[in-house]
Amino acid sequence: MFRVRFHGRGGQGMKAASRILGNAFFLEGYEVQDAPRYGAERRGAPIFAYVRAGREPINERGIIRHPDLVIVADDSLIPVPGAGVMSGVDSRTVVLINSEESPKVWKQRLNFEGDVFTVPVETADRAELRFIGVTCVGAAARLLGAIKRETLSEAIRQELASLGSDIVQISLSKALAAFDSMQAQAGTVTPVKTASSAHFQPPDWIDLSLEDARASAPAIHAGATSIEVRTGLWRTLRPVIDHDRCNRCWWVCSTFCPDGAINVDTEGRPQIDYDHCKGCMICVAQCPPHAIRAISEREAQAAEVEEASK
Amino acid sequence: MSRTLLTGNGAAAWGARLARVDYVPAFPITPQTEIIETIAKWVDTGEMDARMVTLESEHSMITAAGAAAATGVRVFTATSSQGLLYGMEMLYSVAGWRAPFVLVNVSRGLSSPLTLEPDHNDILAARDSGCLQIHCSTCQEVFDSMLIAYRLAEDERVRLPVIVNLDGFYLSFTREPVELPDQESVRDYVGSYDPETTLFRASAPSSQGVAVLGGGPYSYFRYELHLAARNALRVYDQVAGEFAGRFGRAHRAVEAYRMEDADIAFVMIGSFATKARAAVDRLRDDGWRVGLVRPRLLRPFPAAHLQRLLAGKRGAAVIDQNLSMGLGGVLHSEVASALYGQDGAPPTLVSFVAGLGGRDIADEEFFEMAAVTKRAIDKDETPPPRLLYTEAELREVRKLQAIAHVEYEQLRGASGANEGWRR
Repeated sequence: MFRVRFHGRGGQGMKAASRILGNAFFLEGYEVQDAPRYGAERRGAPIFAYVRAGREPINERGIIRHPDLVIVADDSLIPVPGAGVMSGVDSRTVVLINSEESPKVWKQRLNFEGDVFTVPVETADRAELRFIGVTCVGAAARLLGAIKRETLSEAIRQELASLGSDIVQISLSKALAAFDSMQAQAGTVTPVKTASSAHFQPPDWIDLSLEDARASAPAIHAGATSIEVRTGLWRTLRPVIDHDRCNRCWWVCSTFCPDGAINVDTEGRPQIDYDHCKGCMICVAQCPPHAIRAISEREAQAAEVEEASK
Repeated sequence: MSRTLLTGNGAAAWGARLARVDYVPAFPITPQTEIIETIAKWVDTGEMDARMVTLESEHSMITAAGAAAATGVRVFTATSSQGLLYGMEMLYSVAGWRAPFVLVNVSRGLSSPLTLEPDHNDILAARDSGCLQIHCSTCQEVFDSMLIAYRLAEDERVRLPVIVNLDGFYLSFTREPVELPDQESVRDYVGSYDPETTLFRASAPSSQGVAVLGGGPYSYFRYELHLAARNALRVYDQVAGEFAGRFGRAHRAVEAYRMEDADIAFVMIGSFATKARAAVDRLRDDGWRVGLVRPRLLRPFPAAHLQRLLAGKRGAAVIDQNLSMGLGGVLHSEVASALYGQDGAPPTLVSFVAGLGGRDIADEEFFEMAAVTKRAIDKDETPPPRLLYTEAELREVRKLQAIAHVEYEQLRGASGANEGWRR
């Protein structure tokens, strides 16, 4: 059985990607299970999805603990502990990353012995974001070696039909280009054997003890603890205020900001809290003098690194 | 007949569509919403000839479902967790009206703390309502159970609401291949709803669901409700048997997997039971005589089936995805009560509580549960109930508590029972 796990951010098409892969396997005659996993749905938040495919009916269910193939649609997720990108990965797992960095760099950064492949997707343009998923799934289908080019195309047509023919055409061209780019690596992924009950590590179950209700009731004993969660990590686009154009109106931007991430300083200028701005771009749309523009987060970070090295 | 990829929610919606329901009172709640979205789309495009009404709460929704069923139309509705609880008053009432309809519950853990992922405390809160319960383990089973549920609910020997339960996420959002029969064969199987005495018309005044004073009449009506639910065991076997004959898929009241020569049985309900199946296969490969017993019907409780399937076995591991505060696993106590004093009942019944709020159950944990049960049999000593919870999970909670400003130092001296702090 193949076990594939997709990691990405809400809005990058991970659910659609897992469904395309699941459907492609199904069209190839496999038994299939595909599922997205998300909490409170929010664009930019880490999500994952998974696909199982085998020749026998599938009894496994729920999260994939030991994947054969991990697909990372957004390399900024790799250092986010909660995203669990490398969870359960071992040396025979294949890792596919959407990144402009080379596989060699990632192997070194992750201290990982297995195969790493990259499939760079240009995301400077916000409209491209939603095609990350189909690009990844095109490459993944080739790495798995079990899905024909025509089958992948048919699965894309079926799964994305409701989005209209333009989206289907763009998705096809992106997915098939990625499929073709992995020609030399076709069939690299090999399914691992299932866990054996003869040799297994017993779970380290513990006995929970009674604790004081002040601790064991789900209460937060202070205000503003959400500051600890750096939701700015979710951002793929960064709003930047041009203070020369800002007319210091009644701070429309800070009023509309759904996360309260725009503060007004003592001189009346709005300042964006990038630790917590999720990059929703509502301020960009609302600013009356058009003084806020959107730039790619990746480029913004690269520019910061360059600035710091000067 | 076609085989297609459907989520559990999609399978439930297809069940309502092919059963040709007339009326769908609805209120959205995660993870059930996709069911009513799907039906709303079909009603809008004319693919489904039904009246859909969005109500302002589950309380009204269940009232509307019961009232509509009493006017003689076929009714479908769906909810989950907090929604089921919000409608609980009416769930008990409409069952007492003896108004048959099908309600899908997409299981999700209950507040507090609020969560989205599944366990069975929501559906078990409806355990004593008079509604019958069918628990599913695959998306195919969700679809098939919808059709069986209409036959069971509307049968004149039963006439009670039936809840079809599917787990949030692990079925609701999970796509699997589902075989959909054609409309004609479903029509032949489900038939049309004959409301007989429930029929309520404005032009012919009558009263349903009246009040009684005094325990005598009350006991009569309540016990009749109980007898009707008990009678559903026999009717279930018949309508599920007919289903198997027509569609080739057997859905017995209790599924038994590799039980013939088993010494030890896993006993559990819901979608994670397929994980137990996988574990049974692994354990069998390594020479263990293990099987799975999975009640599909939980109300009426299939006590005789369980007695028969477990007779002569050495032990059972009952895995509860629920927790009755101050007692433990609900299924464990129900299985124990079915087996007590029975000839050949397994002497060892080990209780595990697992999968609360969608927590995974790992392969290794199934292996270990079998091993714990075997050790209990060999030593003839039943261990205390065990929550499946690991060191790493407690560390995660400690991290959350740190962020939540729980003052460890202050609490340590406050109570004598704070061993856990040192972890």
